[in-house]
Amino acid sequence: MSEPNAPAASRTVALLTTPEDHRIAQLAAAAVGLSLIDAAIPLPLPGIKPGLANIVTLIVLARYGWRTAAWVSGLRVIAGALLLGQFLAPGFFLSLAGALGSLAVLGLAYRLPRRWFGPVSWSILAAFAHIGSQLVLARLWLIPHNGLFYMVPFFFVAALGFGIINGLIAARLLAEAPADAPPPDGEVAPLTRLSADSGVPHA
Amino acid sequence: MRWLDFVRPGDWAVAAAGAGLVAVSFPLAFQAGVAEKAVVKRGGEVFAELDLGRDRRIDVPGPLGTTTIAVERRRVRVVADPGPRQYCVRQGWLERPGEIAICAPNQVSVQIKGNREAYDSLSY
Repeated sequence: MSEPNAPAASRTVALLTTPEDHRIAQLAAAAVGLSLIDAAIPLPLPGIKPGLANIVTLIVLARYGWRTAAWVSGLRVIAGALLLGQFLAPGFFLSLAGALGSLAVLGLAYRLPRRWFGPVSWSILAAFAHIGSQLVLARLWLIPHNGLFYMVPFFFVAALGFGIINGLIAARLLAEAPADAPPPDGEVAPLTRLSADSGVPHA
Repeated sequence: MRWLDFVRPGDWAVAAAGAGLVAVSFPLAFQAGVAEKAVVKRGGEVFAELDLGRDRRIDVPGPLGTTTIAVERRRVRVVADPGPRQYCVRQGWLERPGEIAICAPNQVSVQIKGNREAYDSLSY
């Protein structure tokens, strides 16, 4: 009676996490880090970004499949927005739209024969899907004016260029850490490589 | 080249398709050329052609009353219109070739023309 919170304190709530949860969290953290770097890079046109965090999405897609990639991508969008103070701001919805659009396309691109289509194809297709869904959302909601479409060529050039670059980086990181050595639980090998390498692609 | 090792045959095709999309997007976005003049029509007939380089304001008489159109800093807008819903007034400034404001009740329209004729609209 004098200790109203004693029963509550004695009851511990255990959150059971699987190794997959840990992996998703670690990869999402890497992706969030890269999206912070992304936000810090100054670029001439609003709306154009390298999208470095998508390198993580591509690697996760190749290694662990679409479901994990969707988790990592979604967590990155939300956590990245929280860290940048953009949560529920227009920019958040734009990146959410971009993530959903590119995930949808990646789900299809992922099924293309691997012999012919690799991360570079995925990356280019995802980049166009990303800017495409952002344009649709922007046109419907933020800038309901066709003047927006005068920017489309520049967005497309950026999508193609950054799509190729990110795809190449992802392909290289995948090749350097072969998939046939699965990472032990609780430690994710490609993550450490990724955070060390991807920011500065050395030729 | 080490980086080229990571490009698979189909990747070239996807990149080429992307380049094609970029190449097509430029003429589509800039097809209409540069805005040169505003054409004011009344009842389907050309009432006046306004040079966008010169600021001015004209009154167009229609069946409901007078529609006022103004050119300012290479843009044009409908300043006042007797129509009930004011759609053409609320459209604001027009500055790109092909943009049009139609005051249907008073049978007045104003459209920007460029140095090339564009399509009215495109759907994909």
